[in-house]
Amino acid sequence: MKILTLNFVTCARKACKASPAAFPLRPREAELEIVEQDINPLFVRNVLPRLEWDALREVCGELGLQQLPSTAPSPDDLFTTTPAAADTAMADAADAHEPRPSQLLRDLHTLLLETTMRSGKLVCGNCGHEYAVKEGIANFLLPSHLV
Amino acid sequence: MLPTPSTDHVTFENVYEPAEDSFLLLDTLSSRSEREFLRARFPATAGASPVVLEIGTGSGVVLAFVAANALHILGRSDIMTVATDINSFACHATKKTLQLALASNASENPSAPVPIFLDSINSDLASPLRAGSLDVLIFNPPYVPTEGLPDLSKHDKFNAVTEHGADSFDCNSHMLALSYAGGVDGMEVTNRLLGQIPTLLRKGEGVAYILLCAQNRPDHVKSLVRQWGSGWKVETVGSSGKKAGWERLQVIRIWQ
Ligand SMILES: C[S@@+](CC[C@H](N)C(=O)[O-])C[C@H]1O[C@@H](n2cnc3c(N)ncnc32)[C@H](O)[C@@H]1O
Ligand SMILES: [Zn+2]
Repeated sequence: MKILTLNFVTCARKACKASPAAFPLRPREAELEIVEQDINPLFVRNVLPRLEWDALREVCGELGLQQLPSTAPSPDDLFTTTPAAADTAMADAADAHEPRPSQLLRDLHTLLLETTMRSGKLVCGNCGHEYAVKEGIANFLLPSHLV
Repeated sequence: MLPTPSTDHVTFENVYEPAEDSFLLLDTLSSRSEREFLRARFPATAGASPVVLEIGTGSGVVLAFVAANALHILGRSDIMTVATDINSFACHATKKTLQLALASNASENPSAPVPIFLDSINSDLASPLRAGSLDVLIFNPPYVPTEGLPDLSKHDKFNAVTEHGADSFDCNSHMLALSYAGGVDGMEVTNRLLGQIPTLLRKGEGVAYILLCAQNRPDHVKSLVRQWGSGWKVETVGSSGKKAGWERLQVIRIWQ
């Protein structure tokens, strides 16, 4: 399960829907892996307005991943017009002024789209229910007495 | 004609095989009128990426089709797709179908952003999805009228079967029953979802596509949706199997 997906899921129990403690679910015993994806700057920019930034920061904290800025970045933070040092020699004059992905955008790409939870548990902060993740697929089915 | 995603890797012993209902959804979602509707509703210039959820993906053929043809259907390819199914075998099949469809799409279309497949989730309907987070919801439900619904007390056991052991016959029939059995009027599962649509869709923006068969009493279903108030609308936007003026299958669109 991707870190980005964790921004869209909450506890499946009806009783937890209204509780702020049920979101985000807390990853436990998470086995993470990086599944490489081509970077897509436009995509990262357009996903940003869909994110609950605080929830993303919490999940990163729980997983011991990089610290994110305390407030959501603005689209301007995602691009830079200063060419990266290594590219300077190769970039011609016109190219050097093209906006290029900033380090923050690259980090977000890795975090949101490449970092996945292969196995572990997702725990509800309201009711304590644990949902298992196996082979990258989370099981949100509830025993009938909890539905 | 847009290509149908490959599902050659799926074992249809325990996962629903694409059929007339699946293909009606493909045709409807890629029809001129739905393309125009979706493009106007989610203009590419508006930035924020649409979230597309399919409930009960089975083989994944419908969601893979939408993802691979996002540029054609929605006029933009920066979409996020999510899948749910109550059947864990379907979840695995869907993941593979999406990966294959998007990989071949990327090689044909190197310049456009590749749509994102977020995840396959094993759940009842959309139960873990955050309220108000969905832009497009698609559901081809178990719609056949049946006496009662499959017994869920054994679901966990069957859902966890990994080898083709002694249980595999019962497991397969349980999973296939879940794919078609709709209880009274074939509407028991669909009715539960309909009740959740106003909560699940993004306020004022979200749209749902639901497949119905004639025994579901589509006109009655539509009149109930119109009674939700708050500007909820519903129309039939695709149909197939016309017989003496009756549509055997139809797709309704629900929006605000
Ligand atoms: C008619 S099949 C459609 C499969 C696929 N979408 C297609 O069009 O070919 C219905 C699917 O819904 C799934 N399903 C049934 N009840 C469900 C529920 N309560 N929650 C999630 N999925 C469910 C079944 O496992 C099956 O895959
Ligand atoms: Zn909970």
